[in-house]
Amino acid sequence: MYTWTKRTAAAGILALGLSGLAQAQDNFGLGRPATASEIQAWNIDVRPDFKGLPPGSGTVERGNTLWDSTCASCHGSFAESNEVFTAIVGGTTEEDIKTGHVASLTSRTQPVRTTFMKVDTISTLWDYIHRAMPWNAPKSLKPDDVYAVLAYLLNLAEIVPDDFTLSDKNMAEVQAKMPNRNGMVFWKGLWDVDGKPDTHNTACMANCVAQPLVSSTLPPYARNSNGDLAAQMRIVGPVRGADTLKPALVVAAGENAAEVKNYARSTLAPGAAQGSAGKPAGPAQSGDDAIKLLKDHACMACHAVDKKLLGPSFLDIAKKYKGASYAMQKLAGKIRDGGSGVWGAVPMPPHPNLDDADINSMLQWILAQTSAGH
Amino acid sequence: MSTSNKPPVPIGRLQKAPEGFLSDALIHDIAIHGLDQTRRGFLKKSFLAAGAALAAGSSMMAAAKQADGSGAISAASAPGAQGDPMILQPRPWSTILGNPVAFHPYGTPSKYEANLLRRQSPGLTPTTQASVAFAPLQGFFGIITPNGLHFERHHQGWVDVDPEQHRFMINGMVKEAKVYTMDDLMRLPAVSKIHFIECGANTGMEWGNAAVPTVQYTHGMLSCCEFTGVPLKVLLDDCGADLKNAKFILAEGNDGSSMTRTISLEAALDDAIVAWGMNGEMLRPENGYPLRLVVPGVQGVSWVKWLRRIKVGDKPWNAKDETSHYVDLMPDGTMRQYTSIQECKSVITSPSGGQVLLGQGFFNVSGLAWSGRGKIKQVDVSFDGGRNWKTARLETPILDKCLTRFNIDWVWDGSPVILQSRATDSTGFVQPRYSQLREVRGTRSTYHNNAIQSWKVAATGEVFNVHVD
Repeated sequence: MYTWTKRTAAAGILALGLSGLAQAQDNFGLGRPATASEIQAWNIDVRPDFKGLPPGSGTVERGNTLWDSTCASCHGSFAESNEVFTAIVGGTTEEDIKTGHVASLTSRTQPVRTTFMKVDTISTLWDYIHRAMPWNAPKSLKPDDVYAVLAYLLNLAEIVPDDFTLSDKNMAEVQAKMPNRNGMVFWKGLWDVDGKPDTHNTACMANCVAQPLVSSTLPPYARNSNGDLAAQMRIVGPVRGADTLKPALVVAAGENAAEVKNYARSTLAPGAAQGSAGKPAGPAQSGDDAIKLLKDHACMACHAVDKKLLGPSFLDIAKKYKGASYAMQKLAGKIRDGGSGVWGAVPMPPHPNLDDADINSMLQWILAQTSAGH
Repeated sequence: MSTSNKPPVPIGRLQKAPEGFLSDALIHDIAIHGLDQTRRGFLKKSFLAAGAALAAGSSMMAAAKQADGSGAISAASAPGAQGDPMILQPRPWSTILGNPVAFHPYGTPSKYEANLLRRQSPGLTPTTQASVAFAPLQGFFGIITPNGLHFERHHQGWVDVDPEQHRFMINGMVKEAKVYTMDDLMRLPAVSKIHFIECGANTGMEWGNAAVPTVQYTHGMLSCCEFTGVPLKVLLDDCGADLKNAKFILAEGNDGSSMTRTISLEAALDDAIVAWGMNGEMLRPENGYPLRLVVPGVQGVSWVKWLRRIKVGDKPWNAKDETSHYVDLMPDGTMRQYTSIQECKSVITSPSGGQVLLGQGFFNVSGLAWSGRGKIKQVDVSFDGGRNWKTARLETPILDKCLTRFNIDWVWDGSPVILQSRATDSTGFVQPRYSQLREVRGTRSTYHNNAIQSWKVAATGEVFNVHVD
């Protein structure tokens, strides 16, 4: 812990203009000293100079095993999947490892910007995996697990060989091979409040541009891509939302006003007066209610309606149990007690606090899903 | 500029018709443009419709019934010679016993306001736990964001932390590492300040081209609240932080992601707040209950939610969101890092994309302006795509690193126009045009897009998001 003289502390506080509070540091008598164990428990950050990195090690091979059971469902077996999160590996070359600049960052053909294209320090990856991964069970990896998983990622990125063991001792050697280690620039302009801007417009008032050039508009097929906009606007005032379920209006503003107003009013959801307070009462009456329950209970963190995320899609579950009389009971048990091994290695965590009515509502809806429409 | 809403209507010419059969809009239209073949056609149609209604009873009663029963707004409800049925006929809410007090103990908006909600942009993220819900800026007045509509951005889902179990630690380059409970913190001398918070990626989808239809999706990762808490400086002093040798702090959250961000010590000592209050109530869980960091002027990701720890240090940490996200990709392939300040920016919120103007005539064009570097000094509005500009009125209060509401009068003549707003802050910085921003930063960046927004108003009254170089 850092120490300094009491005299300096008092001077520092005075200099900061807190003269009203200027006493010794314990002036409020609030809070208490942190114990060494408490600091150790939370002081988990790792810096680029490896300050904070705990001792430990892990092999590429062990990382591969951990990866397949813990990480692959979100990131793909080779960390190249772009399904759930942006790909981690890809877009870097042997030449990048030599130069420390990732060339594909200037390419217009590189489809995604992967983590290894961007990240410049290996400490960042260690720190983040340790503090926040895996996605559905953060902080469950021990330091040796983190070294192993990171060793596997470095191997996939072709930075270390198959037989590599990553440890706190050789992190600096690996840092020297990070493909984009020289790719970051510090630019004071957006760090300091007093920083210098890099764009220089002037407050011109008249004849500022010759003719305004419209360089981009939304294509007509995207009209409803963010939903019916009429249902997203207030129904009183000088404007209404556009009915994006229909093609764009063609007649002059005054002529379509009555129709626009009528439609906007029809978009008010029935029962909206209840607001969002409290949990939904009774069984789900509609797909919307069921989706709300599934969202409220965080089911949608791991399941999607029509594609596999961490867990199977609801569509796939419905297909598998189609016509099975035991489906409701069996699946209710799975939700309550958790399970694993049915759809892959990622376990379904138990949910002991869900009530039966909610489970039934959600399951009824899930089992009614068909590929024709949902 | 004229502030008269309506041109004088020569009522005499219209009074011979059955009462209430003409819409407001048609009356105005005829008053302005006179009669031609098309308008004669409308008149005839309206007349026949009114005649049919008369046959069924009185047109006035029909209109009143319709408004009561179906809730539909009919053209026939416009004022006739006798008057508006909304005035002439008793309304249900003035003839019944209303609801009791505390019917909604925490209060909810009117059911007629149900359309204004935080919304996700479909397809933006595959999971809802690492996603964004945008604030409906198109519906806000003034500068304060209602707490239930404050934008959300989470990295590993939001949590509802028990305030009794929450702890806040300061460690690192301090004389004494300390732990505070919420009870401790809330006894300390608190301040309340109004500041905007904007995600660094706000308007990020628009870097390359027009991508989303409304101001909710283009600019809705923006909110502004009165935050209450203890200045971080007070806490750093309380722990005896080494202000001479330290240069940075690390802020860390208490959620699954334990989000970390490096913040300059200068910002930490200047006006950062360890906050628990938001617009007079405790923070909402989605916004970091019970404790979050407020770092005015700096991108939202640094306002760490569910704040559990501040570490004082002498070097930046290069955390995940400082190296693989929240870095600005430049045309030469380098990435600008630690780009925190939200530069001066503005947007017209009414009228804005996805809305339909209901007729010609007077409109109060209104919007928001802000700067992470200080106060808003001036906002100019163009009605011709940036050729000519007029200076807008600024509403008070005009505060440091806070939203400022602007207004300007506009009489729309029904022809297509492009609306823009351009803000200047107290440092003299002028919000850039798209071409000026792209000239420096290219088109493949994600963060810090503060270019001038253009809304194209079509002759139909519909407003579209367009880009003007």
